[in-house]
Amino acid sequence: MAELELKNLYDDFRDGKTLKAYARIIAEDAEKLERPINIMEVCGGHTHSIMKFGLPQLMPENINFIHGPGCPVCIMPKERIDHAYVLSQQPDVILVTLGDMIKVPGSNGSLQDARAKGADVRFVYSPMECIKIAQENPDKTVIFFAIGFETTTPMTAVLLNQVIQQDIPNILFHINHVTVPEVMKELIDSRDVHVDSYNNKIDAFLGPSHVSVIAGSKIYEPFPREYGRPVVVSGFEPVDVMEGISMIVKQFVEKRCELEIQYKRVVTEEGNLNAQKLIDTYFDKVSLFRWRGLGNVPDSGLKLKEAFEKYDAEILYKDVLPIAEIEDHKLCICGDILRGMAKPPECTIFGTACKPTTPIGSCMVSSEGACAAYYKYGNLITS
Amino acid sequence: MCLSIPSKVVKISEDKTMCTVDTMGVQRDANLMMMDDDDVKVGDYVLLHIGFVMNRIDEEEALASIDTYKEILEIMDEEERRRAILEDDECEARGEQYAEEIQS
Repeated sequence: MAELELKNLYDDFRDGKTLKAYARIIAEDAEKLERPINIMEVCGGHTHSIMKFGLPQLMPENINFIHGPGCPVCIMPKERIDHAYVLSQQPDVILVTLGDMIKVPGSNGSLQDARAKGADVRFVYSPMECIKIAQENPDKTVIFFAIGFETTTPMTAVLLNQVIQQDIPNILFHINHVTVPEVMKELIDSRDVHVDSYNNKIDAFLGPSHVSVIAGSKIYEPFPREYGRPVVVSGFEPVDVMEGISMIVKQFVEKRCELEIQYKRVVTEEGNLNAQKLIDTYFDKVSLFRWRGLGNVPDSGLKLKEAFEKYDAEILYKDVLPIAEIEDHKLCICGDILRGMAKPPECTIFGTACKPTTPIGSCMVSSEGACAAYYKYGNLITS
Repeated sequence: MCLSIPSKVVKISEDKTMCTVDTMGVQRDANLMMMDDDDVKVGDYVLLHIGFVMNRIDEEEALASIDTYKEILEIMDEEERRRAILEDDECEARGEQYAEEIQS
């Protein structure tokens, strides 16, 4: 067998000829379909790959993409962003979060605005940078505003583990971690009720892959078994996505309904057990987490376990944190977009009042948001 | 946010908590605390995400995928070649003759 080089992991999974070959295979198989199928790519990374490489152009007419809610910044309701804003205003607090959160508007403005007004807000590449910030500022309280799906949850757990191990007294956490399978169930349940009016039932899922690197493909087992929806866990490179779509189409042609892994070079059924253990050590599920555009989704959020409450900024600062739910801008349809009920160009302010430089909705702010993807790569797509 | 970058491990710290990875010519440090001590070795390909190694990339699986894609392209190239011969040949009789040869 040939030796693998790093270049192969990039080039061979983006090869144009291979994309076209898969387009042909999909087209040939799609001719055998009894009806059109709608495939939801749950993850924002997939959405970007699909748009960036113009994959809708390569699809036959009876294969449709529905963009899902898999962008942790986009699904964050305004009241959580307001929490971050309020925490940044507290005396002697340094608010630290990942770079994706910079521009997301809350009701008082974004964290970038908070910083412009004098708050000490820092955007980091890795949660572990909090340790250095805390050590350099022993008189300040560093609050890590933690966001992300299963992919980033264990990294927050590692940070907390180190805070405890090294006995660092001035790091706290505000947890906004959410889980993917619960929201997928919610999407199916809420849409199947309205399937006649919506007429765009989710027939299959392209499963988020880096979530599965951590949690294993096993988290999607209920979907083929209990919901009758095939799931193919697919990588993010365009060839991965095309192969994933091809595998889904073949399942429909062959009347199978299974969980399959396309992304075998990284995803296993079990996932990263160390990472899962870290999550289980420090986190509990919360009974409800409110997702932007989706409302309350049962068991879809995480919080620190009771034993670690002394590190929980949400508890320690509860007297100053707003509790009211805040609705989105009236003209913004991020909610419908996150539910896969609408596509960005259907929004009246898309590309005019709302664009990456002046975002109104979260789907335009985040680098993984569907609106940002359409704005950036939309010229590749013919409507 | 969820995107991870394939990188190659070039160095591992003595306490095995950190490593140096190469991402297409750019070198940076990555945290190994999510991995078991013997999970990752120098020369391995890994997925990097917000400063952490998330998992090792299975070289055999990656190569198997690449081989599959090459095979698909070869089969398609062969089909294209056959079709081109049949379509481009204006002499019907010769076309049939070629067609028979190709089919056999």
